[in-house]
Amino acid sequence: MMLITCPWCGRRAQTEFSYIDDATARRPNMDSVNEAEHFKFVYERDSRRGVQYELWHHHAGCGKFFKIHRDTITHEIHATSKLSNGFLEGVK
Amino acid sequence: MTRYSIFSLARNALSNHQNWPKVWRSPEPKSRYEIVIIGGGGHGLATAYYLAKNHGIKNVAVVEKGWLGGGNTGRNTTIVRSNYGQPGNTLFYEKSMQLWEGLSKDLNYNVMMSHRGVLNLAHNDAQIDAFQRRGNTMRINNIDAEWLSLNQVQVLVPLLNCSSRTRFPVKGGLLQPRAGTARHDAVAWGFARGADKYGIDIIQNCEVTGIDVHAGEVKGVQTTRGPIRATKVATAVAGHTAHLCEMVGMRMPLETHVLQAMVSEPIKPCLNTVVTSGAAHVYISQSDKGELVFGGDLDFYPSYAQRGNFPRIEDVAQNVVSLFPAFGRLRLMRTWGGIMDMSMDGSPIISTSHIKGFFINGGWCYGGFKATPGSGWVYAHTIANDAPHELNIKFALNRFESGALIDESGNGATAKAH
Ligand SMILES: Cc1cc2nc3c(=O)[nH]c(=O)nc-3n(C[C@H](O)[C@H](O)[C@H](O)COP(=O)(O)OP(=O)(O)OC[C@H]3O[C@@H](n4cnc5c(N)ncnc54)[C@H](O)[C@@H]3O)c2cc1C
Ligand SMILES: [Zn+2]
Repeated sequence: MMLITCPWCGRRAQTEFSYIDDATARRPNMDSVNEAEHFKFVYERDSRRGVQYELWHHHAGCGKFFKIHRDTITHEIHATSKLSNGFLEGVK
Repeated sequence: MTRYSIFSLARNALSNHQNWPKVWRSPEPKSRYEIVIIGGGGHGLATAYYLAKNHGIKNVAVVEKGWLGGGNTGRNTTIVRSNYGQPGNTLFYEKSMQLWEGLSKDLNYNVMMSHRGVLNLAHNDAQIDAFQRRGNTMRINNIDAEWLSLNQVQVLVPLLNCSSRTRFPVKGGLLQPRAGTARHDAVAWGFARGADKYGIDIIQNCEVTGIDVHAGEVKGVQTTRGPIRATKVATAVAGHTAHLCEMVGMRMPLETHVLQAMVSEPIKPCLNTVVTSGAAHVYISQSDKGELVFGGDLDFYPSYAQRGNFPRIEDVAQNVVSLFPAFGRLRLMRTWGGIMDMSMDGSPIISTSHIKGFFINGGWCYGGFKATPGSGWVYAHTIANDAPHELNIKFALNRFESGALIDESGNGATAKAH
């Protein structure tokens, strides 16, 4: 069982959370995006082997979305944070 | 190489089975091959076998970072079926099924294909409609499919809880009688032996760490046992597809997840078909050793760990017990995980690429074991001819960009719903 620290509620069991998406993915501007860029956003994934930034949802708790810095090889969670802080600065 | 037969068995019995020859050689890698296949799972080995058998190409190496079949081939729940409804999938999986039917004989190796049938349980009206439609699609394509009423389901599977008071009451089911299970290890070993017989080099403990591309053309691979030059390089690495393609700068329509499976302690035969439920999302069969084999959903977070977490095991066990209350008295013996190449429409990719001589086989999601012989057959054709076979033309990588998706479940671009 993974224990995940929700930045709002604290440490809870994995079953209260769900993985949503790559936290570094950015929806392109729909007014100016070309087809190739749009395709990349919808279909392509990094599938990183190692540490990555992810968006998770505390669906059975506070209902908030937040960010996780997690290793896909070991499942180790290095950090979690609220969406509002600069956790992802310098990424991508 | 010794042909396996009653005579070779008798001959070897005389020397207490001490003198059987090795099933395949383990040569040192040469510095150059015509084709290097990355990944010694069922798909890579089948591809090598059919390259030699169907296309006469024998200057081939299969390089495997661990041991043969140590990936998903050796970790899956071995369900073999051809009950797909979408154009592209239907005939491809049926080709694979036809190859399974003659595989033990063709390979002279018993892959223990058991045509015990696969029964998909329907739990509500919408599922009944969808399953009957799928059954009709199958029958139009000359694939066996039978609709079973609730009574027929109960007769076929006496231990199944068919009362109306379960969490997901059973309403009927779609049976494919020719479907069933096969022995995973034997599939890898049988294809390896068959390929080796043609002189193909099977090289274990050899990890590909880089792929050499020059001016848009593949030149070879870097491995932990030195560089190997090749005119063509073909991946067959299932859950590692995204990672391997990254080596040539390709970002894939794939997400890598972990899928677990588990077995109970062995008991006497009590389940002579494969039972699956889409509502509970479990699939259940009994192995030849007597263990009940259970599988369910992904863990639902990206992972390369080859092991999962307890909540999914609990969830699968709950669903099994709700369908088969008697199995609640068994103990689980082992659980394990494999890493899954989840594609964005739930269907596989068997494709050429924009790099000359570089080929991709992946995106197998929950279901690539059944595809093993068919995948090898069409991938060998694709590699030999630099162009797809008619059965994998729809599995091209560019379908995601063109919009010609093969989305059985109609869920759209997500790794989590197929
Ligand atoms: C728990 C579970 C249950 C499943 N149940 C079913 C089922 O019931 N029916 C069904 O049809 N399918 C099922 N599947 C899916 C099926 O197992 C796979 O789709 C199929 O076995 C893939 O075969 P493969 O040969 O492509 O991959 P694998 O058998 O995974 O082989 C790929 C090989 O590539 C090697 N490799 C990776 N990277 C490198 C590298 N850099 N260099 C060299 N070698 C490398 C790996 O070590 C591995 O041996 C299941 C999968 C899992 C995990
Ligand atoms: Zn919370």
